[in-house]
Amino acid sequence: MDYNELGLKMGLEIHQQLNSEHKLFCPCKTELVDDDYNELIQRKLRPTQSELGEIDRAALQESLRGLNFKYENFEKHTCLVENDDEPPHSLNEEALDICITIACLMNMHIVDEFHTMRKQVIDGSNTGGFQRTGMVATDGYLDTPYGRVVIESLGLEEDAARRIETKDGFTEFRLDRLGIPLAEITTDPSMHDPAQVREVAYMLGQILRSTNVKRGLGTIRQDLNISIAKGARVEIKGVQDLDLMSEIVEREVQRQLVLIDIKEELEKRNAEVLEEIHTLDDLFVDTESKILKSAETIKAVVLKGYNGLIGREVQPGRRFGTEIASYAKKRGVSGIFHSDELPAYGITQDEVDKVTEFLNIGDDDAFIIVAHDEDIAISALEEVKRRAALGLEGVVEETRKALDDGNTEYMRPLPTANRMYLETDIPLFKITEDRIEPIANNLPELPDVKQARIIKEYKLSEDLATQLVKRQEADMFEAILADVDVDATPVASLLAYDLREIKREGYDVNILTLEHYKGIFTLLSEGKIAKDSVRKLAVETIKTPDDDIAEIAEKNNLTMMSEDDVAKIIADIVAQNEGMVKERQMGAMGPLMGMCMKQLKGKADGGLVNKIVREEIQKLI
Amino acid sequence: MTYKENSEKYIENYNLSIGDTIKVHKEDISYTGILLDRPEDAEDGFLVLKLSSGYNIGVAIDNTTAELVEKGDKPKIGYDESEIPKDPSKENISVISTGGTVSSVIDYRTGAVYPKFTASDLVKANPELLDYANYNVKALYNIFSEDMKHEYWVKAAEEIANDISDGADGIVIAHGTDTMHYTSAALSFMLKTPVPVIITGAQRSSDRPSSDANINLIDSVIAAKGDIAEVCVCMHGSLNDNFTYLHKGTKVRKMHTSRRDTFRSINAQPIAKIENKKININPEYSYTKRGENELEVNTNIEEKVGLVKSFPGISKDFIEYHIDKGYKGLVIEGTGLGHTPNELIGSFKRAKDENIPVIMTSQCLYGRINMNVYSSGRELIDAGVISAQDMTPETAYVKLCWALGQSDDYNKVKEIMQTNIAGEFSVKSSIKDFLN
Repeated sequence: MDYNELGLKMGLEIHQQLNSEHKLFCPCKTELVDDDYNELIQRKLRPTQSELGEIDRAALQESLRGLNFKYENFEKHTCLVENDDEPPHSLNEEALDICITIACLMNMHIVDEFHTMRKQVIDGSNTGGFQRTGMVATDGYLDTPYGRVVIESLGLEEDAARRIETKDGFTEFRLDRLGIPLAEITTDPSMHDPAQVREVAYMLGQILRSTNVKRGLGTIRQDLNISIAKGARVEIKGVQDLDLMSEIVEREVQRQLVLIDIKEELEKRNAEVLEEIHTLDDLFVDTESKILKSAETIKAVVLKGYNGLIGREVQPGRRFGTEIASYAKKRGVSGIFHSDELPAYGITQDEVDKVTEFLNIGDDDAFIIVAHDEDIAISALEEVKRRAALGLEGVVEETRKALDDGNTEYMRPLPTANRMYLETDIPLFKITEDRIEPIANNLPELPDVKQARIIKEYKLSEDLATQLVKRQEADMFEAILADVDVDATPVASLLAYDLREIKREGYDVNILTLEHYKGIFTLLSEGKIAKDSVRKLAVETIKTPDDDIAEIAEKNNLTMMSEDDVAKIIADIVAQNEGMVKERQMGAMGPLMGMCMKQLKGKADGGLVNKIVREEIQKLI
Repeated sequence: MTYKENSEKYIENYNLSIGDTIKVHKEDISYTGILLDRPEDAEDGFLVLKLSSGYNIGVAIDNTTAELVEKGDKPKIGYDESEIPKDPSKENISVISTGGTVSSVIDYRTGAVYPKFTASDLVKANPELLDYANYNVKALYNIFSEDMKHEYWVKAAEEIANDISDGADGIVIAHGTDTMHYTSAALSFMLKTPVPVIITGAQRSSDRPSSDANINLIDSVIAAKGDIAEVCVCMHGSLNDNFTYLHKGTKVRKMHTSRRDTFRSINAQPIAKIENKKININPEYSYTKRGENELEVNTNIEEKVGLVKSFPGISKDFIEYHIDKGYKGLVIEGTGLGHTPNELIGSFKRAKDENIPVIMTSQCLYGRINMNVYSSGRELIDAGVISAQDMTPETAYVKLCWALGQSDDYNKVKEIMQTNIAGEFSVKSSIKDFLN
């Protein structure tokens, strides 16, 4: 595909959880919780007056459908703020400062005054029915191998509550995630090459990781904005895997192209969606189809001129019919039947013929069947009609969800921009030069820069340096070496590899402070412990962190022996094996080394043992 | 416009108005957006711009220039006066707003919240109200709850009486929550009503999708159509959005600064629970039925009444001050069973000598005054201090205002204070009536 010719335009939106100690507007910790909740609170949300416009009972009923929620509350981990039962506390300045750091790293202009806004969200993921969000900085840029990309804006906002399940008409959320600070970074939609999008996403990830942000699954979420000249803007949510980026772009472009094609064909056929919703119950009295048999009612609509097009593939394995079905599913049905795929699902050709006759439709026409309870079936078919009619407009502006295979699925319409107003419970926050300057003068090193420098400065292997940076241990590594004159590799190796294992064994490695590390490596640099004992000493230190490191080493038999003691032990061993030495000469070196090291491991340096063993053998031959 | 000094001058200088799209040039960046008004309490020297993304930002005006991009319309919020259909088979409910947050509307462009109160606006925000009744809606005044005054109680009582005379089948009053229980007590003493008078409000303003206004309002209308012809408060019964309680106007109190279920019956149980649009009346409760009372209004009230909380180390100056300043009555929030430091007793004696009734309530809120248990209490009785029994301090305060409106004779006022006028006290303390 020639993306340039198609007028492909892409932009990125990245949401990154910040690692501040507290949430954005309350003192709760920014950690997810897997405990049992203490209380389940039941709430409703309703669209506010301005959204409804006029007195429209039907519209209200429709909008209230599914707006019943349950919220999992925790006595320890959440408070009344998450629950919308207490006004928000003041803005978390630590989170703001992390955003200022990110803004500086992206060459952005920080606003003079931060205004917290309310952005309407009534899917229940925010207890108040709105997300609190504000603009921290605008108009930055990143230089990439593909040219400069403009960073349009950096927002600071609340993360949403975690959706747990939808059951019996209620959607249940856990309040642990609600209010964790999120940085929202938006690029302008000017990227034309999927490889560039991937590169920018990677670079933004590197920048974010150099600051105090959360790591791990679900802490960063990437959304992709995409359009082609003849298509429409579509926002694809939740692109987890950067390597999937090009595949998603390709499949979305393909989808838009097919939809444009379908539109042109529909126009040619003078296609039309008929208003009437037909009841087909009488036609399926003796049906073998399980779904139809168990449904309260079977209803259908006629799509004039749509025959053959509903079955058209828009993405691998997804048809125009799938697009229509995903709208209907939002109204509570599990799927639709369309004439392009029938007979199937237990519906026979005979039944299809009866429906065709009953609906009195021609060769060019199609129908869609929904089987469910009366009101849900009608509501779903209204959505079917709406989406089918939108087929005449080509590509629809939508928010879609990224699927694992590179396809996308309809989520909701694109939000309108201006549904935002001031959060009057939080004072305006002036961002002064005095706040920005110290941050701008102490910007963190980007991870790749730091890695390259560490390799060069400390002569570390690339792998060790990569792990140090990735595990956020590079600062500790440098702090230790700043004070202790010791070989860098064992220090790096403890921090990059051993800590992870020790943690896996169930020890809390966070107990170890810089002072502990300095103690351990001072002993190593003074030759008082062996390299091999570093890991064991670290574990013992975790067990008794208040004790003196040298004492811990002593107590656990990790201290090296004096050279004289070592020589004495080796002399004894060699003497006991005099026969072997006589017989094998220097060939006894191997077995004797093994015997000595077994006894001296962790108490003497291997090189020293080697030297003494060699001397002892030579004495005998 | 609430811009002040420097910002105001700057805006005038560039001939800009709120609602205009403007461009502000700083040294290294320009912002384009709609000029919005600024909160009254915010610092001078900034402009508020709404960017095209919908975000507001504050721009410091120092070292900037501005230009007009496009003249904008001044945001207009028109009151909707369109007719609401009346259904003759339904009850007529009168809805009176005093300025609470039950019905207000947000202008998304500017973010301003406007209190709106016409029947059409109310019904537009809560279309399901049409299922229950016909509405006569008026905004009596528009004040913050904390600015409530005695004269407003009088005005509200008179308005309610008028509406009842005009045939209203029930009254719903929208009220800010802070002083709702003062107003409910005042109306309880001022009105004998043949129909329900229901006071309601919201702890989360109605411009939010999570507002409790809608449920409180609908349940209030249901209560107003019902059989309990008393002054009641109808508010959320729990943190859930699934039921409300109907509390007796003289026994209710706001007990939490922010929770939805902030209103609690004190030393009493709620009269009824409203769940799934049905009123379930507490079977132990005998209430005044619809039509049982003739309409009577008695709005005489004395404003010069004080409310003083006792505390360790309180000086008698607090009492002397009120006497010196010509206060006609005083409610004391004593400690425990109704005590104050010994030092105050002389001042209470002086009050009685000057014909000023002093009423004792407890800062415990729960439980009953009993000044017989300790000698200090007996001394208070000897000094003429009158027990409020199990009334809340707020109800006792309102009742004393009303009692002093009826008479300026000490003994007569004492007699009124000790007579149950509107269910404000009970003689029996139930094991159930604590922290619920």
